[in-house]
Amino acid sequence: MTDLVDRQKLSYIAAQAADARLNVELETEGMTLNIGPQHPATHGTLRIIVRLDGEQVIWAEPGAGYMHRGYEKLTEVRTFPQVTALVNRIDWLGSFANEVPFILAAEKLMEVEAPPRAQWIRTILFELSRIANVSLFLGDLGVQLGAITPVFMAFRDREYVLNLIESATGGRFHPNFDRIGGLKEDLPAGWITETKQVMKKLRNFCDEIENLLFGNEIFQSRLRGIGVIPAEVAKQYGLSGANLRASGVDWDLRRDQKIALAYDKVDFKVWTHPDGDSFARCWIRLQETREATKIVDQLLDGIPSGSVMAKVPRIIKVPEGEAWVSTENPLGEMGYYVVSKGDLGPFRVKIRSASFNNISIVPWVLRGVYVPDVISILASLYFILGDIDR
Amino acid sequence: MTSLAIFGADLPYWAQSLLRVLGGAVAVLLPAGTIVYLFLFKMMSFMQSRLGPMEAGPYGSMQLFAEVGKWLQKEDISPTRADKRVFRAAPLVVLMSTFLLVAVVPFGPDAYFTDFDAGVFYMLAVSSISTLGILMAGWSSANKYSLLGGLRAAGQLIAYELPMVLSVIGVVIQAGTMNLQQIVVKQNSDEIFGWNGIGFPYILTQGIGFLIFMIAVQAELTQTPFDMPIAESELVSGYMTEYSGFRFLIFFIAEFATAGVFALIASILFLGGWGVPFSWFGWAPAGSHEIDNWMNVGGPLIMLTKMMVLTGIIMWVRFSYPRFREDQLQRFAWKVLIPVSLVNIMITAVLKVAF
Repeated sequence: MTDLVDRQKLSYIAAQAADARLNVELETEGMTLNIGPQHPATHGTLRIIVRLDGEQVIWAEPGAGYMHRGYEKLTEVRTFPQVTALVNRIDWLGSFANEVPFILAAEKLMEVEAPPRAQWIRTILFELSRIANVSLFLGDLGVQLGAITPVFMAFRDREYVLNLIESATGGRFHPNFDRIGGLKEDLPAGWITETKQVMKKLRNFCDEIENLLFGNEIFQSRLRGIGVIPAEVAKQYGLSGANLRASGVDWDLRRDQKIALAYDKVDFKVWTHPDGDSFARCWIRLQETREATKIVDQLLDGIPSGSVMAKVPRIIKVPEGEAWVSTENPLGEMGYYVVSKGDLGPFRVKIRSASFNNISIVPWVLRGVYVPDVISILASLYFILGDIDR
Repeated sequence: MTSLAIFGADLPYWAQSLLRVLGGAVAVLLPAGTIVYLFLFKMMSFMQSRLGPMEAGPYGSMQLFAEVGKWLQKEDISPTRADKRVFRAAPLVVLMSTFLLVAVVPFGPDAYFTDFDAGVFYMLAVSSISTLGILMAGWSSANKYSLLGGLRAAGQLIAYELPMVLSVIGVVIQAGTMNLQQIVVKQNSDEIFGWNGIGFPYILTQGIGFLIFMIAVQAELTQTPFDMPIAESELVSGYMTEYSGFRFLIFFIAEFATAGVFALIASILFLGGWGVPFSWFGWAPAGSHEIDNWMNVGGPLIMLTKMMVLTGIIMWVRFSYPRFREDQLQRFAWKVLIPVSLVNIMITAVLKVAF
């Protein structure tokens, strides 16, 4: 651990030396390179301005906001049930997970609780969207490092999960399925057995990726010891999710907070890694995908019967008050601070999305690294543009 | 093995030249086309659980023509601030290097374009001209990504030229000649300790040299895991970023044609070139040193087979590996490949003197 921190310090010193070289000794000129807004490594329109000395980064600055859609403001002119359709689009790879914390916050204000069956199905769909999200990350990781084959395997196996989500909710990418007080519908017939088979396939996919990518020596030499984030720094920058756990902080909202989801009914391991480098972040995500398939399996076994909708009025008016609910989303902690004045719609919603905080560390972690490592570090930090810009 | 003769009649010099130019074009474009179709479109697709092109022709076999047609129709754009003349010349320089390479490749006992004694030397010299073309493209594009890609290519190709040369020296020592045709004949007519059952393909003694040569070829061709000059996820295709239309097509064709030509050269140096390792095959009276005339037809086919196998390996590695970082690549070249190839040369020289 200390060894890795030393390495980070060394790269700091190297960057400062490069800076000094630029200014005084050789009178060479640095180059400012815009990585993005249109660049394949930024998954969308993130702009990262880097100042280079040769191929070494002297400083880097992320410029977000190219895809700002104003969801926080838009929620103020929507009714509560309509908001889920908006927030679906925040982290578009794991849409269902975006709806849950908002609905939970609204339920907290209304003091209703979804029936057990609805809670279990919510948790299952939550984990399925985690799998759909992170499995694409595992494939995309290969592309960022130059191996083009894994991404096709990821798309192939992610398709099964999307089909499951579609058959349960009607929407592949944007389910809009969660309701205040429960869910829109019950599960279709045969869904449970089908899901179990798919989970088996996904575990195979994880093994495949582990053999093809994580066991590869080039892959390891590209990621190990690169982009080291010590635990204290990670906490200071407000990282969450796998990025934080990869730095050795044992912190998982699924386990740590009492919430109206079925996580306390299942037995799962929270993976951490002591290194805090890019490899650790990728490895944590691989393990979490596996863990998620196991969670889904356990939940499917013990799913209770009953209604999926609590008794709520036809026209939902949320009583006056403020509520904060956050959950452990695929990208990290995602939360909503909902303020209601007793109207049909929220008075103000503050969205805390994981990627926005996760990329705040970019200037710190990119100092002194080389251009190819910029790409691999950004890939391992794993952000979704919609989750940054909202 | 004198001048080119067809149907027993000696052709005038201009006809010979014309035939050779046409032959050269076929020898470059045909392998390039088959490699693109078979390996890039189909093998890659099957490895990635998809079908690949299926619409143009049966099983998409006409896809390459569709691609060429598409690229030829596109506008030939050059950026405003580009160095126009250099920008336009760069793809041609890269393709020229490939054509010059194929000039020394012997396809059969009489089926060759030129046959001269410094063949190996010439081959190693002209193969690095493509670096110049890539550097020209990177520099003249007036694009930061292209510049980074071009400079990476220059650094990488210098680093990998050396192991390539050193790995070939082992073969040259063993054959005692730098003439590629002679190297082929030697491999097919030599004996292993008095036994001439399979000739003497140099991969048996120069296995390490072959491995180093293939790694260096992979780097020379800028294929994954050594594709930092292109690096589509970092540098957005590097030196090729600004190219469109037929100039991009030339880069595209040259990439695969060069892969084919290097595979041909590897098969000449290490796998016995146009011969097959059976003493009775292709020799006028079995076991003699007179080559049958029909090997001029059979030889190119044998060469093509060997080329396909070797390019198959090149592409297979390309599709399954992630790429190195620039400094890791340099370290690998200077700390691993060059020392190993130097040791290989030393051992070869000692054994050559001993036996």
